Amino acid sequence: MTGVERIAEAFESARANGRRAALMPYMMGGFPDLETSRRIGLAYAGAGADLVELGVPFSDPLADGPVIHAAGTAALRAGTTLDHVLEVARALAPEVALVVMCYSNVILARGIERFADALVQAGASGVIVPDLPIEEAAEMLGVCDRRGLALVPLVAPTTPDERLGLIGARARGFVYTVSLTGTTGERASVDGGLAGVIARAAAHTEVPVAVGFGIATPEQAAAAADAGAEGVIIGSRLVRAAGEAEDPVADVGELVREFSVALRQSAAGVG
Amino acid sequence: MTTIEHRFGPYGGQYVPETLMPALTELEEAWLAAREDPGFRSELDALLRDYVGRPSPLYLAARLSEQAGHTIYLKREDLNHTGAHKINNALGQALLAKRMGKRRIIAETGAGQHGVAAATACALLDLECVVYMGTEDMRRQKPNVDRMGLLGARVEPVEAGARTLKEAVSAAIRDWVTNVRTTHYIIGSCVGPAPYPALVRDLQRVIGDEARAQVLEAAGRLPQRVIACVGGGSNSIGVFTPFVGDGDVELVGVEAAGEGLDTGRHGAPLTVGGLPGVLHGSFSAIMQDEDGQILEAHSISAGLDYPGTGPEHAWLRDSGRARYVAVTDAEALAAFATTARLEGIIPALESAHALAFALAGEFSELDLVCLSGRGDKDLEEALGHMGHQ
Repeated sequence: MTGVERIAEAFESARANGRRAALMPYMMGGFPDLETSRRIGLAYAGAGADLVELGVPFSDPLADGPVIHAAGTAALRAGTTLDHVLEVARALAPEVALVVMCYSNVILARGIERFADALVQAGASGVIVPDLPIEEAAEMLGVCDRRGLALVPLVAPTTPDERLGLIGARARGFVYTVSLTGTTGERASVDGGLAGVIARAAAHTEVPVAVGFGIATPEQAAAAADAGAEGVIIGSRLVRAAGEAEDPVADVGELVREFSVALRQSAAGVG
Repeated sequence: MTTIEHRFGPYGGQYVPETLMPALTELEEAWLAAREDPGFRSELDALLRDYVGRPSPLYLAARLSEQAGHTIYLKREDLNHTGAHKINNALGQALLAKRMGKRRIIAETGAGQHGVAAATACALLDLECVVYMGTEDMRRQKPNVDRMGLLGARVEPVEAGARTLKEAVSAAIRDWVTNVRTTHYIIGSCVGPAPYPALVRDLQRVIGDEARAQVLEAAGRLPQRVIACVGGGSNSIGVFTPFVGDGDVELVGVEAAGEGLDTGRHGAPLTVGGLPGVLHGSFSAIMQDEDGQILEAHSISAGLDYPGTGPEHAWLRDSGRARYVAVTDAEALAAFATTARLEGIIPALESAHALAFALAGEFSELDLVCLSGRGDKDLEEALGHMGHQ
């Protein structure tokens, strides 16, 4: 099964299991340390994650807010490398579909083909590159397509319709819709325009539309599903727990379970 | 010219979050229209003349020439209002922001010269101004921090990483991602995603346009070498650009060798010539480890303390049109002191790198050196280091 197929299957089985939207928790590879990050990923899978987003730490993460930036800095300080994160991927891939989130320069330093090969060998199904807009993505897309690896694009509330069309046509796996105009991080509420953003994205692509950035509570996750999201990405809230909790593995597992409950069909009228 | 370059050879591009892409398109369209608009041009030119004090003089530095054994002309950007070339770009972009209907300006600063220039332009044009600055640079360049405050700008301290220019740029870009609808980012150098490298070059080429005419007038010939310091590379791209077509004129960019190229503590990605990569939205010469993590730069001069460089410089190097060399902290300090004593001019430590190369003994008949800024801001830092020698 290719990565693209495995991601499609993950969305399918989420639906079949009564999920209103696929649950996609994010984790930073190597944070708070390499072994704990591996166990965090397994806890995500055990607590009902449909896909896991695995971050590769980068020194200058322009799309990230303070929590994920700090986690990446800590992971790098502890000596985490791309190869270490790929070891984590190898451990998680048998349990759950994995999408790696990695900034452009880490990919270019390895070489695009070698990077993609390494992802496939580690069992990852897709890759998100937050600083690679379509204008720069042609080579990466070709390399990923030849390997069945999904290059998942991002769209933003600022993306105009004609760009959505271009991005949607080149989307593999899913479209990652940024819920707000800003960097990653927890927000008090989900942006009021979210349903419109999701509907616009969905109208321009064949693949599922997932939503991330700023979703920090089960209520916000449910609201994103209500707004039409077919997948919900939880990032900073979980990374913060991984950094702060006394028992990070148990704590993030519990949090993911809460998100999981909130995204069940039957929860619709309750939450 | 009716287009704006996105690439210089293989370098440049737009490696930014999707959120910013529409703003980059908007900026490109606005600049294409503005630079062809006689009204905009004359408004900017009037400000450059009456407010900045352009044209800046070209000065025959007789005593430096004597010391060097060849003629040295200095392009006196230090005499501009606010004391550096940065105002050329800041004023142009602030006018452009106004034209685009954006009332909030953000900027990053290393040495503080660009921050002061942006704060000045915003005071003049009644725009809100927020300047991101690493706390290490705030310590090194305290007078400029105070200046920005007085001019009505808010200085946002940046604590990440080495607390210098690289982190200030990253923080400014993150602010822009969040506030892009209302905010224009006045980037201070010819770095960043397209159209910034070309936009900043267009606004800084006034240095070279003036200097070329002035040197022809004064010396009756073109210089053998045009020499300028390179951090991000805005004063150098500005002075180089009008000379690119003059095949006999050698263009020399001087980077910071810091404590020495072999120590790794430098700011000389062009000179060292490692694997190029992506930093702050463009593909160019950068300092990175084998995993693609960006390395911290080091220079005594905050304005050259940057691990990246403008993509057009990387292409000028690869195409052989310009040569890039590096000068150590100690050599720059020596040139700083020499220029003060021989000419009565205290140069910025950044500009002292260019002066150090001109004085270094390579044969030349006539050098044109861009004295990109004045050194008042550097007194404490420079005197502290000189006391230790």
